[in-house]
Amino acid sequence: MNATFGRRGFLKGAGYVALAFALVPDEVANAQAPRAVLPGDLNSVRRLDAWIRIEAAGRVTLLVGKVELGQGILTAVAQICADELDIDIERIDIVSGDTARVPNEGVTAGSFSMPNCGTAVRHAAAEVRAILLDLAAQKLGVPVETLSVEDGRVVGANAAASYWDLALGQALEREATGTVAPKPAARHRYIGRSVPRRDLPAKVGGAPIFVQDLRLPGMLYGQIARPPAPVATLASVDLAAIERLPGVVKVVRDGSFLGVIARRREQANAAAAQLAATAQWKVEKSMSGDAAIFDWLRAAKPARDIEIMNKQRADGAVPAKTLEARYMRPYHMHGSIGPSAAVATYDPAGSVSIHTHSQSVFETGEAIAKMLGLPRDKVRCLHGQGSGCYGHNMADDAAADAALLARAMPGTPIYLQYTREGEHGWEPYGSAMVIETRAAVDAAGDVLDWNLELWSTPHGTRPGGEAGNLLSARYLEKPFAMPTPANGGPPNYAADRNAIALYDFPGQRAVTHFVTDMPVRVSSTRGLGAYANVFAIESFVDELAHAAGADPVAYRLRHMKDPRALEAIAVAAEKFGWSKWTKREGRGRGIAFARYKNTAAYCAVALEVEVQKRTGAVRVLRAVASNDSGHMVNPDGIANQIEGGLIQSLSWTLKEQVRFDDTRILSRDWADYPILTFSETPPVEVALIDRPGAPFLGTGEASQGPTGAALANAVFDATGVRFRRLPLTPERVRAGLA
Amino acid sequence: MVAFKLNGKDVRADVPDDAPLLFVLAHDLDAFGPKYGCGRAQCGACTVLVDGLPTRACVTQAKAAAGRSVTTLAGLGTDGKPGRLQQAFLTEQAAQCGYCTSGMILQAHALLERQPNPSERDVREALDGNLCRCGTQNRVVRAVLRAAQEG
Ligand code: FES
Ligand code: FES
Repeated sequence: MNATFGRRGFLKGAGYVALAFALVPDEVANAQAPRAVLPGDLNSVRRLDAWIRIEAAGRVTLLVGKVELGQGILTAVAQICADELDIDIERIDIVSGDTARVPNEGVTAGSFSMPNCGTAVRHAAAEVRAILLDLAAQKLGVPVETLSVEDGRVVGANAAASYWDLALGQALEREATGTVAPKPAARHRYIGRSVPRRDLPAKVGGAPIFVQDLRLPGMLYGQIARPPAPVATLASVDLAAIERLPGVVKVVRDGSFLGVIARRREQANAAAAQLAATAQWKVEKSMSGDAAIFDWLRAAKPARDIEIMNKQRADGAVPAKTLEARYMRPYHMHGSIGPSAAVATYDPAGSVSIHTHSQSVFETGEAIAKMLGLPRDKVRCLHGQGSGCYGHNMADDAAADAALLARAMPGTPIYLQYTREGEHGWEPYGSAMVIETRAAVDAAGDVLDWNLELWSTPHGTRPGGEAGNLLSARYLEKPFAMPTPANGGPPNYAADRNAIALYDFPGQRAVTHFVTDMPVRVSSTRGLGAYANVFAIESFVDELAHAAGADPVAYRLRHMKDPRALEAIAVAAEKFGWSKWTKREGRGRGIAFARYKNTAAYCAVALEVEVQKRTGAVRVLRAVASNDSGHMVNPDGIANQIEGGLIQSLSWTLKEQVRFDDTRILSRDWADYPILTFSETPPVEVALIDRPGAPFLGTGEASQGPTGAALANAVFDATGVRFRRLPLTPERVRAGLA
Repeated sequence: MVAFKLNGKDVRADVPDDAPLLFVLAHDLDAFGPKYGCGRAQCGACTVLVDGLPTRACVTQAKAAAGRSVTTLAGLGTDGKPGRLQQAFLTEQAAQCGYCTSGMILQAHALLERQPNPSERDVREALDGNLCRCGTQNRVVRAVLRAAQEG
């Protein structure tokens, strides 16, 4: 393959030799002997050389299944690898997300990359270093204890050998044992430092690095013509008229799936637009409209009702009173600034290779294979960077659609990037949710019994190896039905992620009403249910604090036992200047806290708002976030994630809701679905709490929930009115204040 | 056929009359900086400079640039040799996914040309038409102010 886009290693593997060993997790090989549980993803992909290779000429290749989404993961794993191997970080080349070459680490999502991939790399590298040290000891004829390593040079009293001089033989061609302890924090050179991101020089320099920048010889341009509504069947269409349009090479129809291939991009876009506009569709009214969605959810069937927690209070204290509230979160878009893209080439011999920015290259490849009726190993997905996705956007659909178009023109690479309207209107949104809370409190206003029930449609419809999860597969002549999604269970949960409050309430019950009917397409959006659940929990705790006449920070602290949570709340309050803050007309302050998934990073957010009573406009003046991600690998990377998540969450909370009527999605561009601008973005301060030696905790989704609740709490503080339905648009706030 | 100066060099492209400048740059001339974001002048991802003025290349026909001078990221510096503003973006690590970055840098470059010492508010206002979904706005503002100071 001769791609323009080759310089950065994305295609460096062109001409690679297929590897002889299994890169997929194998549970089969091992019927007899139980094997040790290895750390992180090393447990499923156990071969050392599946992760790390000592190459010629002073280079080391690190192979990882997790992919760069703009979150800085590849920089962080390089830091870990360099430290554990004792080499300069510049020596590391990374291969990531190529299904033919890297460990299958599943999906890059859910804040699992650092705990699973980072931990695996750490232990694999430590073990590789130990093996190299042993080899050097043999070569130098000295005891291994007398050796030290500096940038890959193993140094003894009188002699030295470099990693690259050692005869490796088959030394790394074996499973990890997990018996080599990684380095203590005090000896880290890169871990704990804000090493600059590896991919930013290319991004500020305008070098090709995105899938959108890929140019292959002979490449043509595709575009999809979608129906006017999600539930629609193609009745009739004049394909010949479209074929006559300028530049059009081919019009592709498969059932109700329509696409075009053209010589130029604007020609493909224009032809697809005309195709969509002139085709006749049978359209069904399948939605409730956005205004009625919460009532629909509350009453929806079929639903599974799952009691995820029921802790009975032991004492017999009689509650002094009971408070109740109901919170609502609308559908949100991922809203990637760049619509999803892919470049696919269908080999006439019956295989397809797809350049994609999917978060799940392996499972998406499998789903596409099923859709095309190909064996799984005939679909190769190669990850390249895309615009930030924040969850399951249309990356996988673009990969599938490019493959469908490419199949119609074997041998010709097909480039596809959706239009803005195509992405806005068809991506799987973050689900709307309704959450009802009830608390019985004692005479001091402290919680005795806490109860939360939530209603939500699914948060996970990723491809997962199933063709029916690919949008276009449902419209083909032989359509694939969408599988009924499942909710995630403990400990991470999905719709009910963070639905269990971390507070130490004497009695606590939480119930999930999981609605599998999906009037609106939905899937994983940053934080899944955590954003809405934390919004509800932390708003309600605030309501209880006010009802008790207590300070919201003090009230939280007295209901919490987890010492790291206590510190996170205290640090945010202190950096904000909570105790020194003085109230001014129209101003308010709010605080909120969560530990993401109750297992990942801790984060508390405190912020100040100004509310214009006349217009209802809410302005966030400043925000402070505290964060504890365990042992920090890259402090600036963590700060960037926390601040970015906070700003995105301000945008969701203040402005965002997907509009739809009974038939179609109405939010088709940034005018219909505005997001936070530069002028609306407040200064943000992030206070990092480091825990050297503690496990790495995922960070990317930690600030979404606390931010939403802190904002609503601050608006209450400013106005005395509690807003429980999002977003807090000027219209809604003005109406609430009237 | 359209001819103009791209980052100081004469270029020509044999393209249809109505071809958008964005696609001509990105697909005919391999200028990888400007990105398609919305095609409707709403997001700024496609921003380039035409005779020094920030221009939404998605809604500008290539023929409108005929005989003019077009600047993309590569005109300010490269990944090996970043220009002042690009270096400031690196120093501040002012990106996450970086899809919006090209448009941000060119929009900010035009501001600094016009106003070498902008206030923070000036920077925010100048960039209000550039959307970032990753939430790097404050880092971008710091980078622009840093470049101004160092200039
Ligand atoms: S792509 Fe031109 S402004 Fe969005
Ligand atoms: S850095 Fe991702 S959109 Fe701005």
